[in-house]
Amino acid sequence: MIRMRTVEISVGAFVLAGVLAFVVLMVQVSGVSFTREEGNYRLYATFSDVAGLRVRSKVSMAGVTIGRVTAITVDPAYGQATVEMQIIGSTGELPVDTGARILTEGLLGARYISLMPGADDEMLADGDYIEDTQGALVLENLIGDFVTRLGGS
Amino acid sequence: MIDFLQRLGARTLERMSNLGRASIMWATALWGLPRRGDYALLIRQIYSIGVLSLVIIVLSGFSIGAVIALQFYTQLARFGAEDAVGLGLALVLLRELGPVVTGLLFAGRAGSAITAEIGLMKSTEQLSIMEMMGVDPLRRIVAPRLWAGLLCMPLLTAIFNVVAIYGGMVVAVEWLGADPGGFWSGMQDAVELWEDLGKGTIKSVVFALVITWIAVFQGYDTVPTAEGIGRATTRTVVMSSVMVLALDFILTLGMYGDFE
Repeated sequence: MIRMRTVEISVGAFVLAGVLAFVVLMVQVSGVSFTREEGNYRLYATFSDVAGLRVRSKVSMAGVTIGRVTAITVDPAYGQATVEMQIIGSTGELPVDTGARILTEGLLGARYISLMPGADDEMLADGDYIEDTQGALVLENLIGDFVTRLGGS
Repeated sequence: MIDFLQRLGARTLERMSNLGRASIMWATALWGLPRRGDYALLIRQIYSIGVLSLVIIVLSGFSIGAVIALQFYTQLARFGAEDAVGLGLALVLLRELGPVVTGLLFAGRAGSAITAEIGLMKSTEQLSIMEMMGVDPLRRIVAPRLWAGLLCMPLLTAIFNVVAIYGGMVVAVEWLGADPGGFWSGMQDAVELWEDLGKGTIKSVVFALVITWIAVFQGYDTVPTAEGIGRATTRTVVMSSVMVLALDFILTLGMYGDFE
């Protein structure tokens, strides 16, 4: 039998190592920063086609991630998709004529929303809709277009 | 024909009564622990279940992380996507391999030891002696092992994941020359706290429940002979490994299965 004290010390060290491992996984691996809480706000945008966009897709501006897609719903009456986005930071930085486009990372990569700031003096507030949107380019439609045009000429 | 049906019925009833006894034992034992005076028992069990499994967990974690990184790197380098090594490594480990491999090793290392120990206690009639002395073996023997297993598995899984990720980093970054910035930032970008780490931890807790339950019950229910103990130990490892793999599929389907 090992002495109880040795057992206790090694158990303590083991539990400490396990908890430390969790902290490493949280901070180093999943990149949680504990200071980011201060301001998130929501924006909405309606698209004619969101093919391939998913909840948790990136929202970026000039290639920098500034938020995530938090919900996608469809409005069956108009055949439009409404995308809810969570933007990191505080309101008052994006003009109301900001444009939103759905783009693809690389040729076959994930879909994401790219925001292009406009020039208006008025700024988007929490819960506002982005008016100027352009939906996803669907490869099949493009090929279809191309083929019909080839056939026409 | 009638004879066959009769045997089938008898075996089904036997299985049912096994499951019933196991569930009753499990519930009573889990209920039985949080009392003062049992902490020494619990600590000793954490030692023999958790601390003694640490070496095998660390060694396997390192080799598994290294080999995954090696495979990912050689394949991804053909597309010029070496930066995705860290991301793939972390997701594979946190979601699947971490809990599953830790579960399998845990079943082999700790589960078999629990069964053999309790089986031996039973065959040398220590358990009946305890009952005669008015000590509840469920509380003294079974409960500390169940609780220790529940506590140790998530910790072992986390240690396994960390060691494996650093093992993969040693191979991909130090040895093969992937860019450390891409390695870590790709990982941090893709890994979500709840979606990956949280759900992986849920898996490890479920596996811990199942493995310790099987191990304790097999030991408690063993035929009290040398051969019986051997068979019970084997059955513990086989049953818990199969259960871990099957449950992993079910849990993955349940937690990640929203294929829009």
